[in-house]
Amino acid sequence: MILAKNIVKKYKSGDSELVVLKGLDLHVKQGEFVAITGRSGSGKSTLMYQLSLLDEPNDGEILVDGINILKLNNKEKTQFRLRELGFVFQDYALIPELTALENVMLPLLMQGTETEVAKRSARTALEKVGLVEKLNNLPNQLSGGQQQRVSIARAIGHNPKIIFADEPTANLDSETAGTVLKVFQELNKEGQTIVMVTHEKDYASVADRVITLSDGKILETTVSEDKFLG
Amino acid sequence: MILTAEEKQLNKDRKRNRFFEDIKIGSFLAYRQVRRSSVATTALIIFVMVLTFLNLVVVSGILVGLIQGATDAVKTLYVSDISVTPLKNKDFIENSPQIIKTIKTLPWVESATSRYLTSGVIEANYKKKIKQTDVSDEVGTIISGINVEDEEKVTHLSKYLIEGEFLKPDDNDQILVGSMLLKKYFPMETQGFATLSEVSVGDKVRVTINGNTREVTIKGIIKTKVDEISRRVFFPESQFRILAGKTDYNVNEIAVKVKAGVKPELVRDAIIKTGADKDAKIQTFDEGKPKFLTDLVNTFALLGNVVGSIGLIVASITIFIVIYINAITRRKFIGILKGIGIESSAIKTAYVMQAVFYALIGTAIGCFLLFAILKPYFDVNPIDFPFSDGILVATIPDVLIRVGLLMTATIIAGYIPARIVVRQNTLDAILGR
Repeated sequence: MILAKNIVKKYKSGDSELVVLKGLDLHVKQGEFVAITGRSGSGKSTLMYQLSLLDEPNDGEILVDGINILKLNNKEKTQFRLRELGFVFQDYALIPELTALENVMLPLLMQGTETEVAKRSARTALEKVGLVEKLNNLPNQLSGGQQQRVSIARAIGHNPKIIFADEPTANLDSETAGTVLKVFQELNKEGQTIVMVTHEKDYASVADRVITLSDGKILETTVSEDKFLG
Repeated sequence: MILTAEEKQLNKDRKRNRFFEDIKIGSFLAYRQVRRSSVATTALIIFVMVLTFLNLVVVSGILVGLIQGATDAVKTLYVSDISVTPLKNKDFIENSPQIIKTIKTLPWVESATSRYLTSGVIEANYKKKIKQTDVSDEVGTIISGINVEDEEKVTHLSKYLIEGEFLKPDDNDQILVGSMLLKKYFPMETQGFATLSEVSVGDKVRVTINGNTREVTIKGIIKTKVDEISRRVFFPESQFRILAGKTDYNVNEIAVKVKAGVKPELVRDAIIKTGADKDAKIQTFDEGKPKFLTDLVNTFALLGNVVGSIGLIVASITIFIVIYINAITRRKFIGILKGIGIESSAIKTAYVMQAVFYALIGTAIGCFLLFAILKPYFDVNPIDFPFSDGILVATIPDVLIRVGLLMTATIIAGYIPARIVVRQNTLDAILGR
């Protein structure tokens, strides 16, 4: 599904240059739940931004189902993010003026889906994350965990190929974090490909595979016991 | 790369679909942003838009209305819809009785009045003068002989009586005096604009025309915003003829009022068809209006437009700042929208739509205030300028032009800040860098 080859990402700061990703290779299979972990500054979020087209690497190529997505023009990249990817951010990133239902509907509407159809799909997505009773609540009327679940519903509402989650549990207490991770696990069971960035090893363990980064390189890859045995 | 006709059509369809998607998403976001934004902020922005619209329309409207009021007064009180005046190099209208008779028989004419005019002198303190060296209290002016009933039908001159009584057709030795001939109403005395001191209604004055002098009583004083009227002395026409020693019935002016809804041009042509143009100059009010009045209206309109343009620039900057602050404080959310795949054009459309919403509501309230309150108010209570009753001129086409200007300025002022913010790097916006 995702094949990243020799990904290099550098940032310039005045005269100095900081190399965050140092020729990294990665392969994520369809239906896989991959957790990327590592210390602060290891490059885990930067890697996710490159894979999800929110940023552009200085070198390397990223193939999604055989297509080099880095060769797409800006409009095509936007369309790719809209149709093929789903995003879950650390701080939920919900639009404050939109209700839970409207937040989830937005990508669907942008895809040209009829309003009524978008409403139905958004409702289904919210049912999946167990928030159907909060459809008409604004983000500020929801708890952190609920907001993150709305964010997940927005990410899955349009049936994307891959969900990218950037520290989705960082702002949540352990109980709520557990609920959110459970949602990810259930989605993954249904065949959803998920790439999750987290700095907490315990949370990363829910994934099929845990990739640990250090200094812009893959330090180790751990396959979960279930997956290994399975 | 050469595209086939099919591919070109496909591209066209895509662009059209994109445009409609942008409108759909733009309105979806804009509607919710406005609906869920602070009521006080929205009210303040709309209030600014209302003021801007009124500034754009009312300032130029009053400036134009100032001259329009003066022009309207000349038309109502003096010239009326059609003026009949002597031909060039003639002092009077030949065959006046025939022309007046013909005009009055025309079906579109509501009323017509004729006036005798001559220069004369009015003297006040002649009884108090003891010595030859005593200064005479006298003024040279235009003496007018009017058909009292016809004049009233055309100009309603009696409405402008500020003291005393109006003339009656059979009044003997009685006159009306324009207020600008009296010091108490026109205290400025400059060369060529002398006034009579200490003269009131009931006082006796002497009027001299063509060497004939007659002692008359001031029956009333007329005050208007039309100098030609306010500087005249009025006699009933029979008395004027006696004093001026006129043996014919040829007059110097005829003012014709046409029936409501009738075009003056139609009546002018009808009068010309009778052959009256051989003896007189026949013009509609607009034709006879001095060019300087038209120039003055245009100048004031230009002045109003300059003031309005400044208002428009201020409004554009206001909208710019409002949208910019709105967009910059929502930079993170704009980044998120772009991140999840919402097109930049749709986000910009949302901001432009918000700006247009503010302008539309502001304009709608402004139009209501203008046509339902301000204009009717100024029509009934004109602004009392020294030379005119200033009204508020606001025609639908003029207002529509200004609405168009305001909308254009709003769209530009809403688009630019949205573009500035939307163009920023998506990831930087999301991460707040």
